[in-house]
Amino acid sequence: MEATIPNARRDGNVVAQGSSNPRKSTLRRMWQYRQLYLLILPALVYFIIFAYVPLYGLQMAFKDFQVFRGLWDSPWVGWQNFQHLFSSPKFPQLIENTLLISIYRLIFGFPVPILFALLLNEVRHIAFKRSVQTITYFPHFLSWVVMAGIVINLLGPTGIINTIVREAGGDPINFLANPDLFRINLVVTGILKEFGWGAIIYLAALPGIDPQLYESAKVDGAGKLRQIRDITLPGLRPVMAIVLVLSLGSLLDAGFDQVFMLLNGATLEVGDIIDTYVYRVGLLEANFELATAVGLFKGVNGMILIVTANSILRRFGERSIW
Amino acid sequence: MVVPGETLTTNEIAVQAVEESKRTRRRSRMPDQNPLWAEIMIYGVLTVLTLITLLPMMNVLARSLSDAATVAQNPLMLVPQRMTLDAYEYIFNTPVLMRSFGISVFVTVVGTLFNMIVTTTAAYGLSKTYIPGHKFLMWMVITPMLFSAGLLPTYILMKDLGLINSVWVMVIAGLVSPFNLILLRNFFWSIPPELEDAARLDGASDLRCLWDIALPLSKPVLATVSLFYAVAHWNDFFTGLFFITDNSKWPLQVVLRTIIIDQNMMNMGGAKAPTGDVQQLVVSADNIKAATIIFAVIPIILVYPFLQRHFVKGIMLGSIKG
Repeated sequence: MEATIPNARRDGNVVAQGSSNPRKSTLRRMWQYRQLYLLILPALVYFIIFAYVPLYGLQMAFKDFQVFRGLWDSPWVGWQNFQHLFSSPKFPQLIENTLLISIYRLIFGFPVPILFALLLNEVRHIAFKRSVQTITYFPHFLSWVVMAGIVINLLGPTGIINTIVREAGGDPINFLANPDLFRINLVVTGILKEFGWGAIIYLAALPGIDPQLYESAKVDGAGKLRQIRDITLPGLRPVMAIVLVLSLGSLLDAGFDQVFMLLNGATLEVGDIIDTYVYRVGLLEANFELATAVGLFKGVNGMILIVTANSILRRFGERSIW
Repeated sequence: MVVPGETLTTNEIAVQAVEESKRTRRRSRMPDQNPLWAEIMIYGVLTVLTLITLLPMMNVLARSLSDAATVAQNPLMLVPQRMTLDAYEYIFNTPVLMRSFGISVFVTVVGTLFNMIVTTTAAYGLSKTYIPGHKFLMWMVITPMLFSAGLLPTYILMKDLGLINSVWVMVIAGLVSPFNLILLRNFFWSIPPELEDAARLDGASDLRCLWDIALPLSKPVLATVSLFYAVAHWNDFFTGLFFITDNSKWPLQVVLRTIIIDQNMMNMGGAKAPTGDVQQLVVSADNIKAATIIFAVIPIILVYPFLQRHFVKGIMLGSIKG
C-alpha cells in the first residue's frame, strides 16, 4: 500500500526531527516523541493481550489437557494429538471440504464482479446505474445470520423456489439438505451476497485507465470487445492480482459464518470445514487439545499461504499487502 | 473480530480504492453508445442481477407485514397483503428479543466508540515513520494478520480474563482491526507534512496536530471506518456464540440464529403456533421469522445511505468530474 504515496514524504517531519542536531541519542528522540508512543500504546496493549498472549495456549496442542490440572500442569504428549488428527478419516475430509469450497468460490466468484463492473461501466443513465449499485451493494452489509434467513426462505422446503416448483406440478427439491447441492448453494449464495460490493474496486480502478488509449484504439478501428480485451482488462490487472492473492491467502477459511449457518446433519459430510470442526470439537465437545491442534495446523498453513501470496505479488511488481 | 482467523476483508481494499479514485479524479470517458442489441443485453443482465438481489428481500419484508393466513396462502408475495403489524407487535412484546436488541445496541455504540479511539490514535502514531522502533511497532500490528492462535487459545484467554458470559467480550474482542488501523495510518501518512510543520513551528504538540489538523482532514475516512466497525459489531454473531453461553446475554444475531434454525425445523416438521407471551395475536412462525430478520436489518438500512454516499458518489465523482 505504501508504494502509492510519494517516497519523499517518508522521512517525515523535518521540523520535529530537529535537523540541527543529528547526533541526538535514540533515547532523547524517543522522549521527544513520547506523545506519539502514548497514542500507540492502547492498541499495542490490545494486540499483546489478545493476539500474542493466547500463543501460550498453543501448548495445549502438545498436551493431554486435563481440566482439573489446568493448562500448565497437564502432561506433555509430544505430537500425539497431531498423529491422532492426521490418522483420523475425518482429517482428509475436512481438508477436502475446506479447499474445494474455497476453490469453487474462487473460480466462480472471481469473474462475476469483474463482468458486473464492466457491464455497469457501459451504463449511460446515471439514475439506473445508481439504483443498481444501491441494491446490489446492500447484501454485503447483512450478516450471514440474516442472509441465511433469506436463503432458507428462498430455498427451504416451503421456500419460494419450491412453491414455484410445486405449483408447476414438480416435486419439491430439498436444496438445503441435499449433499450434492450443498457446495453449489454455498458458492451461489455467497456470490449473490458479495458480487455487487466486489465490483467496487474494479469500478474505482476504471477511471484510472488512460482515456487516450481508448481514443487511439478507436482510431485504429478496434471494436468495443477488442477495447475491453486489450485496454480495460489489462488496466484492471493490478486489482485482479490483489483480489486473487487475497483469496489465495484465505484458502483455508472457506467462510465460517456462511457454512456454519447453512450446515446441517444431512450436509455435514460435504460441508464440514476446518473452522466449523474446531468449534464443534473444541467448544461443544470440549476436546480442547484436538481442536487446538487443528487450529494450529490451520494457522501455520494459513500463514504460509499468505506470505507466499504476498511474495508472488511482489515478484510480479504489483502492490503488495504489506 | 479475533476468531476464527482474522480474514482479509474487501472493505478496506474498497475504501482505499475509492479514496484513491477520488484523489486522482481523472476525467473519464462517458461510455459510447453501444449497438442496440448490446444495450438491451447490458440493461437486461443488470436488471436481472438486481432483481435476483432485490426480490428475496422484498418477499421477506412482505411476509413480515402480512396477515398470517395470507402468507400461508400466497408465499410468493412481493408487497404486503392485508397489511398488519402483528408480527412486530409480537417482537416488541417478547422480552428475549428486546433484551438482545438492547445488548446489540450497547455493543455497537460503545464498541465502535472504543474502536475509533484506539484505532485512530494508534494510526496517527504509526503514521510518523521517523519515530525510533517504528518498524518493530508496525510488525506488531501486521503479525496478527498473518497468524492467529486460533479459537481455543483465545477461549482460554477469555476465560482467564473473566470475559466469558460478559457482554464486554463483544466490545473488547475486536477492539482494533489491523486492517482498519493500517488503512487509517496510510491516510494520515498521505497528509502533506507541511500542513503540520507550520503548526509545530508555533509550538503545537503531536496531540494537538492530530486533533486540529489530521482529524479534520480525514473526516470522510473516519466516518467510513466507524461505519464499518459499527456494522461489524451489529452483525457479529460468533463472538456471542463462542464466548456467551448464558442466553440472557446473547446479542440479537445469536437469538435470530436460533429463531431461523428452529423455524427451519418447524417448516420441515409442520408449522406449530408460536407460544409467546402474547397469545391473542394471530401470527405464524413465518411472520415472526420474517419480522425478526427485518428487525435485525433496520439499523443497517438506517446507516446505509451514509455508506452509500461515500462509495457510490465516490466512484461517480472519480469517474465524471474532470
